[in-house]
Amino acid sequence: MGLLSKKDVALIKDPLFDNNPVTMQVLGICSALAITAELKASIVMAIAVLFVLGLGNVVISLMRNIIPSKIRIIVQLVVVAALVIIVDLVLKAFAYELSKTLSVFVGLIITNCIIMGRFEAFALANGPWQSFLDGIGNAAGYGIILILVGFFRELLGAGSLLGFKVLGDPIEKTGLYQYGYENNGFMLLAPMALITLGVIIWVQRSRNKALIEDH
Amino acid sequence: MEYLELFFKSIFIDNMIFATFLGMCSYLAVSKKVTTAVGLGAAVIFVLAITVPLNWLLDQYILQPGALKWLGKGYEDYDLGFLSFILFIATIATMVQLVEIIVEKFSPSLYNSLGIFLPLIAVNCAILGGSLFMQSREIPTLGLATVYGVGSGIGWFLAILAIAAIREKIRYSNVPPALRGLGITFIITGLMAIGFMSFGGMLTGGDEEPETKKEKTAAIQQNQNENVTLSAVETSQNKETKTSVTELSRSIPDNNNKVVE
Repeated sequence: MGLLSKKDVALIKDPLFDNNPVTMQVLGICSALAITAELKASIVMAIAVLFVLGLGNVVISLMRNIIPSKIRIIVQLVVVAALVIIVDLVLKAFAYELSKTLSVFVGLIITNCIIMGRFEAFALANGPWQSFLDGIGNAAGYGIILILVGFFRELLGAGSLLGFKVLGDPIEKTGLYQYGYENNGFMLLAPMALITLGVIIWVQRSRNKALIEDH
Repeated sequence: MEYLELFFKSIFIDNMIFATFLGMCSYLAVSKKVTTAVGLGAAVIFVLAITVPLNWLLDQYILQPGALKWLGKGYEDYDLGFLSFILFIATIATMVQLVEIIVEKFSPSLYNSLGIFLPLIAVNCAILGGSLFMQSREIPTLGLATVYGVGSGIGWFLAILAIAAIREKIRYSNVPPALRGLGITFIITGLMAIGFMSFGGMLTGGDEEPETKKEKTAAIQQNQNENVTLSAVETSQNKETKTSVTELSRSIPDNNNKVVE
């Protein structure tokens, strides 16, 4: 590992599981849950956040010595907003349908707490390369949760993954459906996103007792 | 009526937390005690009530395609829509700062209760979300935009108040260890969201569907009426043609006479 020292690897790896930004630090839930009804939207959202957080961390880290601390929040917001506009325009140009499904939630990446949180906690105090790794790691941790939730919601709710009907056709009664299996349409509705995430947190914390909160 | 409907809708049906998950971060982080939750909730109502109408004006007169008409003829084709994110967030950040300064100057007691939360609010998704939804739902007037802002603020306030009260009580109950804290909060919020879904029937189920049905039936009736009238016209025309044949035969010579003349 010439390129990545041990510390660098830890920067990427930590936020993936034990210090996951969504399940442990309670960040970035805002713009995440509403778009997880489909796996595809979750993946695109994860990639968008990866891009914004990776680049944004680098930009902020490069500017960290010239930003006056009093107006840093506005500066950070402008940097994120510029990056998010790029994402939005790219989505509109190459995946118009998807950008319709994501609607305002692309814009809400701006106020995604993960991004501001990482800027404040990491990029303002560290060099660009480490900030980049930290950004990638946190965005990936966020993406994993997003994709997990999206996976379960689409599989159980619509019986498909990425639009492919993996469980058979519900109308022609093939695959699982011939044994009387039914899709749980409730999974596609908003409340189940919260409950799915709650269950994921439950599983994660029962596997790793050290993460359990005391009230 | 329109105002009341939007107000009700933005509080209960399109509730920021339960329907669109906006402002979840601060919702989860600041809901451990009722008093702090009330402070943050009040600040959110306050800021939403200011920023949504302000961003509506920005959207209407600067950002929409063709919105720059008022500058003169040459500006009609401009579409600055892509700037909306940056302008909205800049407005919100400055307004939050401004509100903080004003409140500090004129009402120190309010500042003390809201003080810590105001800077937090600039990065609260609920605020930006309010403006973005206002834009994407194309709310037509300034008054409605204000109502929407206040309504969604109150919805958010209700949500955080409810969860804070529940979390204060749940401290005394025997939650499975791995679910304690965040996990159970998510699940409770999910259950509350299911409860709030039932409000959806009040406007959409009770009001809109019959309307469309009415429209449909009205349209069908209209069609039928048209058909009826058409057929009536046809039959009457038939009759007329039959009866008017004789008249025609009378009038034709006249015409002929005219042509001849």
